[in-house]
Amino acid sequence: MSAALDLITRVRGVRGAMLVSAEDGLVIAEQLMEGIKGPAVAALAASLAGKLRRAMGAAGTGTSVFWHLQAEQGALLVVPGGGGNSEGGILVVAVAEPDVNIGLVRLELLRAAAAVI
Amino acid sequence: MRLVLVLTPAGQVLAQSGFSRAVDVMSAAALAAAIVASTAELARQLKQPPFAALSHQGPKHGFFLATFVTERGTLAVLAVYDLDVSSLGLVQLFYEQLAAELKAASPKGAVQKQVLAADFERELTDSLNTLFGR
Repeated sequence: MSAALDLITRVRGVRGAMLVSAEDGLVIAEQLMEGIKGPAVAALAASLAGKLRRAMGAAGTGTSVFWHLQAEQGALLVVPGGGGNSEGGILVVAVAEPDVNIGLVRLELLRAAAAVI
Repeated sequence: MRLVLVLTPAGQVLAQSGFSRAVDVMSAAALAAAIVASTAELARQLKQPPFAALSHQGPKHGFFLATFVTERGTLAVLAVYDLDVSSLGLVQLFYEQLAAELKAASPKGAVQKQVLAADFERELTDSLNTLFGR
């Protein structure tokens, strides 16, 4: 698990990566810089993943495979493990700088999800 | 969040949210206090510090019970939540905020007032009247 997170945190601009239990919102493994509140990010990301899953199910678009929230001072990037079915699975989460290479982080998140699940 | 109680380890309720009837509060507080007492005794027999929190999940609802120490003694928080709309991580997150705020708000260095028999009798009568709806 640590090796999977290493691949993500090596990307320039990534401030931390976590594996989160989608059902409980608890941290399974983390590599975070100082100042990032891991348990808070994990709990809120899992809550958001659950709501997104229901919204996408209602919209008939199927389950999500990647989501990216851009904020003024950073970004949150998430790949739900288990083929996009976040229910009862693992979320691979990255916290990044606003100008991070999104495509590269997405690639590493997908690799990490494949490696740990 | 469906139900939340803040109580003393003896079962005395300090704050409540989500309960519709007084008897529900009394029962929940008494049961929560019993769990706190039994887990504390279990920890003592195992020569461990008291357990910080207890989580129990059913098919639809989760149950979270935790204790923390303030300047005026130990307090317990009981929370019952829907698994559909919340999670253990979220409950723990907000519990930690609540515990930190209650610790900060707790009077510091104050001498505890002696409990008088007259106060006890009046408070007991009030509690019984509330319990039986009189």
